[in-house]
Amino acid sequence: MARWQGQLIKIDDYRWKIPESYKTGMRVPGLIYASKKMLESIREEQTPEQVANVAFLPGIIGYSFAMPDIHWGYGFPIGGVAAMDIKDGVVSPGGVGYDINCGVRLLRTSLSEAEVRPKINGLINALFHNVPSGLGSEGKIKVSQKEMNQLMVEGARWAVKRGLGSEEDLDVTEEGGCLSGADPSKISDKAVKRGMPQAGTLGSGNHFLEIQVVKEIFDSHIASIMGIDEIGQVLVLIHTGSRGFGHQVCTDHLRVMEGAVSNYGIRLPDRQLACAPIESKEGKDYLAAMACAANYAWVNRQCIAHWARESFSKVFGKSSEALGMKQIYDVAHNIAKIEEHAVNGHNLKVCVHRKGATRAFPAGHKDTPKRYKEVGQPVLVPGDMGRCSFVAVGTEKAMSESFGSTCHGAGRVLSRSAAKRSINGRDIVRELENRGITVKAGSIPSLAEEASQAYKDITEVIDVVHQAGISRKVAMATPMGVIKG
Amino acid sequence: MEKAFEIIDHTADVGIIAYGVDVEELFSNAALALFSLITELESVDEKLHLDLEVSSEDRDSLLVEWLNELIYFFDVKHILFNRFDIESLTHNELKATCYGEDFDPMKHKIKMGVKAATYHMLRLDKTGGGYKAQIIFDI
Repeated sequence: MARWQGQLIKIDDYRWKIPESYKTGMRVPGLIYASKKMLESIREEQTPEQVANVAFLPGIIGYSFAMPDIHWGYGFPIGGVAAMDIKDGVVSPGGVGYDINCGVRLLRTSLSEAEVRPKINGLINALFHNVPSGLGSEGKIKVSQKEMNQLMVEGARWAVKRGLGSEEDLDVTEEGGCLSGADPSKISDKAVKRGMPQAGTLGSGNHFLEIQVVKEIFDSHIASIMGIDEIGQVLVLIHTGSRGFGHQVCTDHLRVMEGAVSNYGIRLPDRQLACAPIESKEGKDYLAAMACAANYAWVNRQCIAHWARESFSKVFGKSSEALGMKQIYDVAHNIAKIEEHAVNGHNLKVCVHRKGATRAFPAGHKDTPKRYKEVGQPVLVPGDMGRCSFVAVGTEKAMSESFGSTCHGAGRVLSRSAAKRSINGRDIVRELENRGITVKAGSIPSLAEEASQAYKDITEVIDVVHQAGISRKVAMATPMGVIKG
Repeated sequence: MEKAFEIIDHTADVGIIAYGVDVEELFSNAALALFSLITELESVDEKLHLDLEVSSEDRDSLLVEWLNELIYFFDVKHILFNRFDIESLTHNELKATCYGEDFDPMKHKIKMGVKAATYHMLRLDKTGGGYKAQIIFDI
């Protein structure tokens, strides 16, 4: 693919602007958060062009943002943030992505690396057995059509009511694990059929469940509020979304939006940016359907967290409470939310699209959960399976600058086939094992696609958002056990 | 046609370019390309068939809808197809009979999970010798 040759104006060491004049039709400039070094790799593809294309969307306010983990997506770049005025703006399913409410949940434990290391194989096997994963994997919970309608509306609470987790989990889940406005009548029969058997499954691709060890604590006060107390402590990270259900919802509504674009006379540089006014029937229907898929994903992570706790409990012969397995937080990183933000000194209702971006609300914000009111909402940023993951918190700077948003992960740099070629038949499982990382995967070929060299270095990504001030790093953990679909 | 399709690289995902002497062959080859991403086509036998009807706004989106319909049948019914008989095709409607068999984990190797055909970089062009289409899949 051709290198992107457009103009980037340096604002400071971590902010680069694509001026509105770059392309006729841009309503606002683009803003890319990156270091000079990262910018070089970002320019290797047409990703900045996608940042410019998003700036065409009606009602967009401020900037078309791109986080340092951006890579090429469909229509929107992955790592893109765009806020639209709900009065005259649009909502775009492409600004959310196919995997609606793909996200991350992090649990703490009171176990140390020394206690877990001798039992790691048994633990990984128990998790692999207890958490359905892989292509076409079907859930342990059998969901009827009626229950499907309930879980779409209730979100994570649906699972908690069935004994899968606790009320306390909901307190530390974005939106309490339930996005309001969900309307199952906006969901196709096809989506329901794809969703029913897959509820409570990890899936495949880049989704995973990881046992991690805390390696560095940058802010011990904030870390202790999260229950991260010391180096060597074991954490559990779950990364999954809404499976085939979300994909079908996106596919169905993209099709509707395709028609809406011409009806509303919207001019777009890319068909995948299809959208409709937020206040239109098409826009409202999509948001109501998207909320169903978001709630489905929260049910999914709620179930998986419960089975992860059960697996630990079985292997260590203690209850999950005795093992201190409390949830730290759960974030969505593919979602559109109606939020209030200060724009030019006025409080404005906007629709914030976060596609491969994480909400990063500051201390004191009404939607920051009680436990984190004084320190800011936790931001969970997983890296690839060979490197590390970060926990951060939201900041005032994010609120005033990026509509309360920050990065979501490492971001791919190599295509899946290029990643496989770079592995060139090497035994990736053994290589990771030699580095103290036990991996169990449904498919070894797909494991190669997820190798470290396929991703940006997460440390560089985090340093950019930390230095730019749109989130603040709290702790870093490395994997010791990985389950991949 | 010398080749039915080829696979193209895309950072986060994967794409195909399908060829056909006519639009019917193009649609059939695009579907073959899709299932070649999912499994080894040679491992699939013709044990069942399914009649499908798909409609859309225009021919480009019909191609996307057609492939999404097949993805749906794989995801929900776990059917792998390796032959497509396009019976009728207008600019916005398609009728086809699809041949294949139920997915059997002992027999079929799954190469990747394809979750959706997208409109991203979608192209359907007339060429000197027929037709050519490009589709990017979300995986």
